[in-house]
Amino acid sequence: MSLILFDQGPVIPNFGQGSKCETENHAFCWGWVRDHWSDTLQPALLQHVKLAVIAVAIGFVLSFAAALVAYRYRRADQPIGLFSDFLYTIPSLALFQLLVPLTGLTVTTVEVALTSYTLLIMYRNILEGLRGVPPEVKESARGMGLSRLQTLVRVELPLATPSIIAGVRIATVSTISIATVAAFVIPEGLGRPIFIGITQDIFKTEIIAAGVLAILLALGADAILVAVGRALTPWRAAG
Amino acid sequence: MQGAAEIVFDHVTKRYEGREEPAVWDLSLTVPAGEICILVGPSGAGKTTAMKMVNRLIEFDDGDITIDGTSVRDHDATELRRGIGYVIQQVGLFPHMTIADNVATVPRLLGWPKARVEERTGELLELVGLETEYGDRYPAELSGGQRQRVGLARALAADPPLMLMDEPFGALDPITRDRLQLEFLRLHEEVRKTVIFVTHDIDEAIKLGDRIAILREGGVLAQYDTPDRILAHPADDFVARFVGADRGLKRLALRRLDEIELEPVDGVPPDAPRAPGSTTLRDALSLMMAEGADPLVVVSAAGEPIGLLSVERVGRVLSEL
Amino acid sequence: MIADTFSWGTFPDAIRFIWNHPHLLFDKSVEHLQLSGTALAIALLLALPIGVVLGHYRRGSFLAISVSNVGRALPSLVLIAFFLLVSTNFFWDNTAALVILAVPPILTNAYFGIEGVDRSVVESARGMGMTGRQILVQVELPLAAPLIFAGIRIGAVFVIATATIAAIAGGGGLGDIIVNQATYRLSGVVAASLVVSLLAFAIAGILALARKLLQRPYVVAD
Repeated sequence: MSLILFDQGPVIPNFGQGSKCETENHAFCWGWVRDHWSDTLQPALLQHVKLAVIAVAIGFVLSFAAALVAYRYRRADQPIGLFSDFLYTIPSLALFQLLVPLTGLTVTTVEVALTSYTLLIMYRNILEGLRGVPPEVKESARGMGLSRLQTLVRVELPLATPSIIAGVRIATVSTISIATVAAFVIPEGLGRPIFIGITQDIFKTEIIAAGVLAILLALGADAILVAVGRALTPWRAAG
Repeated sequence: MQGAAEIVFDHVTKRYEGREEPAVWDLSLTVPAGEICILVGPSGAGKTTAMKMVNRLIEFDDGDITIDGTSVRDHDATELRRGIGYVIQQVGLFPHMTIADNVATVPRLLGWPKARVEERTGELLELVGLETEYGDRYPAELSGGQRQRVGLARALAADPPLMLMDEPFGALDPITRDRLQLEFLRLHEEVRKTVIFVTHDIDEAIKLGDRIAILREGGVLAQYDTPDRILAHPADDFVARFVGADRGLKRLALRRLDEIELEPVDGVPPDAPRAPGSTTLRDALSLMMAEGADPLVVVSAAGEPIGLLSVERVGRVLSEL
Repeated sequence: MIADTFSWGTFPDAIRFIWNHPHLLFDKSVEHLQLSGTALAIALLLALPIGVVLGHYRRGSFLAISVSNVGRALPSLVLIAFFLLVSTNFFWDNTAALVILAVPPILTNAYFGIEGVDRSVVESARGMGMTGRQILVQVELPLAAPLIFAGIRIGAVFVIATATIAAIAGGGGLGDIIVNQATYRLSGVVAASLVVSLLAFAIAGILALARKLLQRPYVVAD
């Protein structure tokens, strides 16, 4: 196997002093999870959440701005679309490594890469959401005397919300998923316990616990966003 | 209630790049305050274009359009539109807002106090024949006819002196359309606003218009007059063809039995068919032909005979009018 | 920590690395493509028919959406770890993980591509007397092709991307270089990353070309 790029601690804790479950490396030891929640799993979870939230937030701001530009100036769609498509095609680990010479083994590298992956889906969804507003709604808004900005804020964006939320959902879940790979570059996130687990002595419980947490985090974030989406669009429940 | 505005088109022309024929050519007409002016014609006649030039959704090239003497160009376009009611065929209600919020849009834009907005919304829903609880529903829950009523309410919300209506009943089934047309006339009785109304349907134009402007292709005004006078004296072949070969009958539909001079009741057979005074001449003639009745007994609302109508008389009525 | 410094100079170094180690990179690329190709082929065999058939009969949209949602929530690293725990054959357990990652986008896009074909077009085809199979082959597939190919492309890129990560689980391929900075230095790591990216672009390009060629008979002339 290969060397890791960062410091690592012992994998099987309390070596020799652990429970039978731990020393014999059974599939899953609840005891270990309880004992090590606050020193291993919780920090990793929180780091993971932080990585994902920052990437999605920045990605959203960038995608939103780009989508507004492309909505206003049709010509801008092709270059912007191609660019984010281009970023998306670069495999995640490769993108991380390509950024390392520029930004080092830091959180910045990871965040830049994670943000790039959110751009394509959110940009597309925001733009298509805006474009999907029925033309007669836009016409009546204009005819009634709403200014361009008012039409955008009061009519077009609210109606684009379902599509925007869908994009944020996909981006969030994907980011949480890809963020596990961050463990190759920095000692943070839920990928770390898994990474260590694979490359050192394979301690099943740690790997499974971290993996399950990552999946639950993704599904949980998705569910929260679905609820947010529903709350923001009361008119869809009616009629 | 605010008054109505007088609209004047003064030699207005609109050309589109790359097209040989202008969309609107040298259009001049005056819509007196409080009247319903119908712009009617075949497709390509520029009627919607002409209407949209009033609220500057389309900008004209030459000439001027004035509202109560002030050119529409003197205002900022967005502000101008807030003072004009705008109704389109597909209605364009905001799907994400309740009916009440839809109706309240322009008043809120104009900064009306909350209480006044609520009061006005309730007033308007009642005016267009919708119960107040509809205010909390969403457009998706309403039928096509109900949506168009909301569209009307929304356009009237800020009490504008002018309304622009672009084939507003075109997307409705004939029964609903009929009903809304009648309700619109009733509404106009109450709320005497100036209305510019576009349609391609000559029958709708005759039914609703105080004055009709017939436009031909290339946006040229063919004739502008009251429905009766256009039907009686079409300006040229185009107008004659457009109003239809049955224009004589159409004119009959514009008159009621109690509006013309009838023959005195004299020795009427008891089983002669009767018709109320409110019947149109056209319907009366149709009845007479269907029943083979000549003469027809015209009765008052109470059922008292007030006169006789013979087919021969019907034939002479038109030439006298 | 690490001996290598980070600078812009690493990129020319990386190019030099490629120049100096063509065989290494070639062998690793072949390994990489073997793993990716196998996984993608299996995923296509599984996901395409299911997606297309379900879409044609307009059933199972819930399944298609759920597969998509769950698939996105499964981190590639977790899948690789899971299969490593389950089996000891390095090639096949990594292939299994890759297949599971590739199936969702292919299946979902195939489903929605076919299901999303304009109903009135399908209706008129049926009215003209086409059988279900004829409609599928002559009408639905060609019209759904853009979405289907987009799904295949996403799946292919996922597979190539995850195959790099599989290196830590014995998967081989270019990932072996990327995770082994001690041996190959940063220039090697960046070089391998560049090659992987190029592979991904190449596959995407080939798919775009394949789509264009397949569509030509169906392009409607004006």
